[in-house]
Amino acid sequence: MDFLKKWVLDVQEFVLLSGRAIANVFRRPLYVDDIIVQMDLIGVGSLPIVLMTGFFSGAVMALQMSRALAQYGQVERTGQVVAITLVRELGPVLTALMVAGRNSSGMASEIGSMKVTEQIDAMRALGTDPIKKLVTPRVVATATVLPLLTIIADFTGMIGGFVISYYLLNLTPLQYWTSVWQSLEYNDVGQGLIKPFMFAFAISLVGCFYGLRTTGGTQGVGRATTQAVVVASVLVFFLTFFITKIFVGSVT
Amino acid sequence: MARENGTPPLRFERVSVNFPGVDALREVSFEVPAGETRIFFGAAGAGKTIALKVALGLVRPDSGSVFVFGEDITKLKEQDLFEIRSRVGMLFQESALFDSLTIEENVAYPLVNQKAIHCPPEEVAQRVREALEFVELGHTLEKFPSELSGGMRRRAAIARAVVTNPPLILYDSPTAGLDPVTAHTIVALIMKQRDLRRTTTIMVTHRYQNGNLLANYRFDAATGTVVPAKGVAETASRTKFLGFREGQLVFEGTQAELDASTDNYVRKFVKHNG
Repeated sequence: MDFLKKWVLDVQEFVLLSGRAIANVFRRPLYVDDIIVQMDLIGVGSLPIVLMTGFFSGAVMALQMSRALAQYGQVERTGQVVAITLVRELGPVLTALMVAGRNSSGMASEIGSMKVTEQIDAMRALGTDPIKKLVTPRVVATATVLPLLTIIADFTGMIGGFVISYYLLNLTPLQYWTSVWQSLEYNDVGQGLIKPFMFAFAISLVGCFYGLRTTGGTQGVGRATTQAVVVASVLVFFLTFFITKIFVGSVT
Repeated sequence: MARENGTPPLRFERVSVNFPGVDALREVSFEVPAGETRIFFGAAGAGKTIALKVALGLVRPDSGSVFVFGEDITKLKEQDLFEIRSRVGMLFQESALFDSLTIEENVAYPLVNQKAIHCPPEEVAQRVREALEFVELGHTLEKFPSELSGGMRRRAAIARAVVTNPPLILYDSPTAGLDPVTAHTIVALIMKQRDLRRTTTIMVTHRYQNGNLLANYRFDAATGTVVPAKGVAETASRTKFLGFREGQLVFEGTQAELDASTDNYVRKFVKHNG
């Protein structure tokens, strides 16, 4: 019973933090410098890892699917399968997981260290709202760059799929890229961009939430970091399920 | 007792703070008249730091009232607390300088961010330099906190606490973890701030000497040194010691009363550190 009560209180606290962080977007002062620093850290900083995961997930999809498609004599449709799985699911989810691993943990440990060294208290004592100064810029920055990162991951994934199709499956570039192009609908692109936007809130808010409630010294910072990554990753899967359900439901 | 103006800068009325499983403060009441000094002593976890945080509105009491410059801050919203906080300086236990900012930016932080201060942007650099020179750290402007020693960080944090020239300053264990020489320098700085600018001062400390210094000495502006206060009785009566034990206020009195106390708990702080 106590466990349940604690869980409900945690959720309530998380929702309150989220509300205040998002409401702050519309209140002055908006710390533009901090937003840009965070965009650089999350966006530019995550580029290499996002390029790598994008490329290889596209390549691996092409490899796996070509075998199944070969049974029906439809290998030339590899591009279509790669494009749909990447744009709808793999691109957003894998990018979000990478960013969750890099940046949820980063936010939790940075804000957590500030919390245990009383820097958060000092911030409040010296006239700034830590949610406005720390949380809101991270949320805005993540929500801006995660969809962009996802587009990049989708595209490098298609290149990965192309490399496999061209060299191993002996498809012509025209065959591959035509099937990629023709398979994508606005609905795919729509959910492929809404997902990272929603994931961005989960990733940044969870990171900041666990950072801000850190207690118990450096050990606590470690704990907060782990929890942030775990919860953010699980939330990504949870959200992708529901968003997909809504989109798939609306198609039929 | 002479008061510089009517309302005391800080007054606690039956303040209690409960954390899950422990009472951090229990029915604590005291008053600090303007220009006076209070020394908080007590074992670790006795509630000294919490008392300071309650005074700043960083921790909300579960019951009781806290009056800062006559205003009950327990009824204020976080947004409205910023105006009060701009009139209170605070030195945190571990300095709490912002790691990502240089010393100059750290000291400028309250000037730039506290709306109630109204410091024109062109004056910021000048005031930061003055504050850093006050703590004899004029040469560290471009450095980051991690590049300074513990004592220097503490001094930089004092500069940040005094840069807005607040009438009330709270020092949380300013000498903890420092060697005796550095500790003496820090207390001398606190005294300098108190005596040159007539700041109401509250200091949390484990060291009896710190309290003794603040109670019986004064900063001499002419020579720049710490000298015995002339009217010792006068200074001593304006400095009181408050003992905390498990969230309760167990002692309040002058140094003479502290020395004469027969309470075992209180005596520990006199003897062991004397």
